[in-house]
Amino acid sequence: MAASQQALAERKQDDRRRGWQIFAVWFVLVVITDYLVWFVWGPHMPPGTMTNTAAAQQFDFKVLTAMVVPVLFMVWIYGGYVLINFRAKPGDRGDGVVITGNRKVQGIWYVASTVMVLFLAWFGTFELISNNGIGTGGGPSPIWKPNVKSPLVIQVIAQQWRFTYRWPQFGGMETTSLDLPANTTVKFDVTSLDVIHDFWAYQLGVKADANPGVNNVAYTTTTSQLGRFTVRCDELCGIWHGAMYNYGHVVSRSAFYSWAHQMQVQNAGVTKLLPPFSLTYTPSYSGAGGGYYPSYDPNGSTQTY
Amino acid sequence: MGIVLVSAAVAVGLILFGIFGYLRTYPPTVSAVASSTQPNTVNLTMQVDGAVGTGPHPNWVGWYIKNGAGKWVRTTLVQIPERSYVHVTVLEYDSGGPLRNEYWGKVSGTVGGSVNLNGKNVSVLNGSSGNGIAHTIVAPGLNLAIPVWGVNGNASNFCQAGPCSPAQAHNVETFTFYSGTSTHSYRWQCFIPCGVGYLNGNGGPMSATGYMAGFFKVVA
Ligand SMILES: [Cu+2]
Ligand SMILES: [Cu+2]
Repeated sequence: MAASQQALAERKQDDRRRGWQIFAVWFVLVVITDYLVWFVWGPHMPPGTMTNTAAAQQFDFKVLTAMVVPVLFMVWIYGGYVLINFRAKPGDRGDGVVITGNRKVQGIWYVASTVMVLFLAWFGTFELISNNGIGTGGGPSPIWKPNVKSPLVIQVIAQQWRFTYRWPQFGGMETTSLDLPANTTVKFDVTSLDVIHDFWAYQLGVKADANPGVNNVAYTTTTSQLGRFTVRCDELCGIWHGAMYNYGHVVSRSAFYSWAHQMQVQNAGVTKLLPPFSLTYTPSYSGAGGGYYPSYDPNGSTQTY
Repeated sequence: MGIVLVSAAVAVGLILFGIFGYLRTYPPTVSAVASSTQPNTVNLTMQVDGAVGTGPHPNWVGWYIKNGAGKWVRTTLVQIPERSYVHVTVLEYDSGGPLRNEYWGKVSGTVGGSVNLNGKNVSVLNGSSGNGIAHTIVAPGLNLAIPVWGVNGNASNFCQAGPCSPAQAHNVETFTFYSGTSTHSYRWQCFIPCGVGYLNGNGGPMSATGYMAGFFKVVA
């Protein structure tokens, strides 16, 4: 039973009207939501703006969310429109209208999806490179490093179940607390004395695996924003993994230098017992006891900054 | 159908057995004893042995804590009152050695910043010298870090299995720390991978409450 020419034309016109209706609702909602995402929600997105890498990660989250909104809303609004408008009326037992493909709509969908995915692939790579690894561990010799002559070097030593920090530019002292000066480029040399841990300084936008026998380097630059940040182990590492965290502080440069000096004095007695600063402290696989530091371990190599 | 019911019953039984077994072996809590001479002070006497000698793992290293009746209890769970000075006496019966991270040879968080080892005040112990360090008591939340000096493992009166007695080779280490102004359970652990035979020395007793992992339960 073929539909009459006139009925077909009417239906086409009706489809077009409905299409524009859906588009209009979608467009208005997307504009409003993306505005809110960018200007209202965005500044509160993790991990904040305490460092350049944290700020870059926040920017990436804003871009991703802003791009997700149109896709999500297209699906939701179309689905909602269909649920509301194309319901069978009570008592209507007839067939539904014949549904045919629409090359134009499909084409727009394919092209838009492809463009978005390719753009995000490029964008992610660009952000990773232009932010010197964007706070992630780049292995022993990262391809991308900040163009800074002498960054502040902090060695993160993970061990079951606490992080300690070693400061090669401050006499090789070791501390359990972590203070950072504002507006400074920091190089984290991350390693472990036993199993795999993960150094995750949340508000700094820094996250690097701590592997035994490997120096994993991560860079970040603090801003003028002072305050507390959280360091967590983010690799399940045994019974006290959940307790393996501490707080650090970004402080003014003068406060940092007085803290570091005080730590140097306080730790002088134990600093001279520590082995020479080394990028890794290779496990000796002896099971228990000592044997990690280069003074006992032929695999270790010293390093001066 | 029958086989499903039977296997379900077996599974439930195994789970309950596991849970009750765990509850049954969970170490008891010992309260520090109020000092009869000093105000706001409690006394705590602990011993650490190379082999605890009793319980399900007699060969594991571990701690005993003296209860109010003067009896040694195999546990690492201690209850202490808030706003108090905790005067700790450690009787150390195990052999020592170098530390994996010599930083843990530093004393911190005690009154005066030092410990008294066999009558001498020290603030840093060098694990690579002499008998070395046997174990450490580190409670990050209390900023407490105590290296405990080892005895000569070849001594003729070396304690082979706990609970050890003062006639056997031992060191006496005393220190005092403040319990803080709030109630909290502070975890503490040893930073010497002394779980011999386990991965990186950190399994077995190092991962077991009652041996090398414990809590200071600060109560009101
Ligand atoms: Cu860890
Ligand atoms: Cu131990």
